[in-house]
Amino acid sequence: MNQDSVSGLWVYLSARPLLGLTMTLVAYGIAWRIHQRFKSHPLANPVLIAVLLLVTVLTLTHTPYQRYFDGAQFVHFLLGPATVALAIPLYGQLQRLRRLALPLGVTLLIGSAIAIASAWAVGAWLGADEQTLISLAPKSVTTPIAMAVAEALGGLPSLTAALVIATGILGAMTAQGVFHLLRIRDAAAQGFAIGIAAHGIGTARAFQLSPEAGAFSALAMAANGLLTAVLVPWLIPWLKALFAAH
Amino acid sequence: MLNAMTVLLGFQLIGEIITRLAGWPIPGPVIGMALLFLVLVLRRGPGEELSRTSNGLLSHLSLLFVPAGTGIMLHADRLASEWLPLAAALLASTLLTLGVSAVCLHLLVRKGQQRQ
Repeated sequence: MNQDSVSGLWVYLSARPLLGLTMTLVAYGIAWRIHQRFKSHPLANPVLIAVLLLVTVLTLTHTPYQRYFDGAQFVHFLLGPATVALAIPLYGQLQRLRRLALPLGVTLLIGSAIAIASAWAVGAWLGADEQTLISLAPKSVTTPIAMAVAEALGGLPSLTAALVIATGILGAMTAQGVFHLLRIRDAAAQGFAIGIAAHGIGTARAFQLSPEAGAFSALAMAANGLLTAVLVPWLIPWLKALFAAH
Repeated sequence: MLNAMTVLLGFQLIGEIITRLAGWPIPGPVIGMALLFLVLVLRRGPGEELSRTSNGLLSHLSLLFVPAGTGIMLHADRLASEWLPLAAALLASTLLTLGVSAVCLHLLVRKGQQRQ
């Protein structure tokens, strides 16, 4: 094949959804193998590896993100039914949920407020501007809720989306280290903390720890999504007064 | 699998309709999950097919975040100029939230068990 037909083929393929879709699955397949090779070590996070691979390929081939997403959206779309499907493992923990309702509620309120306030405090202290801080505040919850909250309060929704994903990856990578350090071995406490701090990406990790941790993570993720939408608008005036942005 | 997929998409659709009509900033799938959970409580559990399909979908949950995650490349400029406060805020906040939440639930559960 000569040079012209190769570049012609690339132009053809990169304009179809098939390429973005296939690239996503191939990148994830490679990332998953690396993840397995490192014995599911949390630092070899499959989302992080796949994203790094894709960003590298797209940058090198000068492919705009939007063109890639035309194909990748078919994978992205499955997030909806997958979120609904979290009801099934959640139902499996029904007995424990009933028994633990009060401790779970108290922990959720404390964890959710800390997730919002600590991010704002550190960001403001290190000189982030106010629009960045508003985009940062809802970082611990699932992307659509975080984006809606940021948009309503004058943040940048697409920056929020990037920060949400980064938070999820960070949470999935560091959770076991934190639990080991604090000697928390209870699957319910581990899963619930991951769900509050690191939403769906954390929940994917929690399911690798145990089905029980996964179910509690799914519960925390859903409840924290609802609570954050209420808490962020209410907390921001306080945070602005306490930690002035530069 | 076909029936189970229809159930999941159906609950998502109902969730989307409810959040649109009510004007809530909550995504439809989260409402759909809550509704399906209620139905499972009333019907005392999912059928075998729904369990199997859900487990299949959730076994590679990580994959579903890859397309949105790759969108980080759209923010290269801001990330380059504000990387320090952003990275420090994300790391400190995530570690603190993980630690405090886990310890809090652990202590509250233990206290509840002692009382019983």
